[in-house]
Amino acid sequence: MAGPQVTRISYTLDSSLDSVSRVEQTAEQLAKKAGMDEDELFRFTMAVREAAVNAVLHGNAYDPDKRITASFENTGNSLVIRIADQGKGLDPDTLPDPLAPENLLRGSGRGIFLIRSFMDEVHFKLLNPGTELTLVKHLGTAST
Amino acid sequence: MSMKISTRQVDGVTIMDLSGRITLGEGSVQLRDAVRDLLSKGQKSILLNLGDVNYIDSSGIGELVSAFTTVRNQGGELKLLNLTKKVHDLLQITKLYTVFDIKDDETSAIASFTR
Repeated sequence: MAGPQVTRISYTLDSSLDSVSRVEQTAEQLAKKAGMDEDELFRFTMAVREAAVNAVLHGNAYDPDKRITASFENTGNSLVIRIADQGKGLDPDTLPDPLAPENLLRGSGRGIFLIRSFMDEVHFKLLNPGTELTLVKHLGTAST
Repeated sequence: MSMKISTRQVDGVTIMDLSGRITLGEGSVQLRDAVRDLLSKGQKSILLNLGDVNYIDSSGIGELVSAFTTVRNQGGELKLLNLTKKVHDLLQITKLYTVFDIKDDETSAIASFTR
């Protein structure tokens, strides 16, 4: 069983959809080990996937010379995921509200919103260059 | 596990049966191309059966919205059928549940199209 020990995994990956899949699969495995139920697991995994897509697509823009880093940690109380890109940096305060009537029919712009909806904590850190997102899911709680 | 699309015609409505994942790189483009193909053939009454869609991400949600607006802008109708709980919940969270015309019975869904 998982027990109280801390589990950490980290990857450096290229800016591809294969990397997104790898991050997603690792998140799913971590969530299963942590004992999340199906609904929680879906929301957690989706948030992590969205963060990886954000890094690969919006951060690094599929640039083959840029990498993303992803780390996964089970602290015993929480799952903590950090995903960083080497892009031009994301200011979350500038993102349009996808629930605003004028934005409802937009074909994009819901990723960060879903991450925030499904995680207990979301932190943005500007790197030089790039952005690091830290996603925290407390174990034993449901976010929605 | 990519998305599969099969189409059938019932009483002037094109039903697209989707299965698998609608995500960036795994279905979003397929869905966009399939809808454009139908529109190019003049098929503007489209019912998307999502009963076997087990996963959708923000890109897939965006593609549903784009399909909806593209069809509507061409004078057609696009409706959704048989949402799974996951997709239903996502459309509620994103406030799109009220945007789409969502059905859970195929026969009444077909009858609801204006054509």
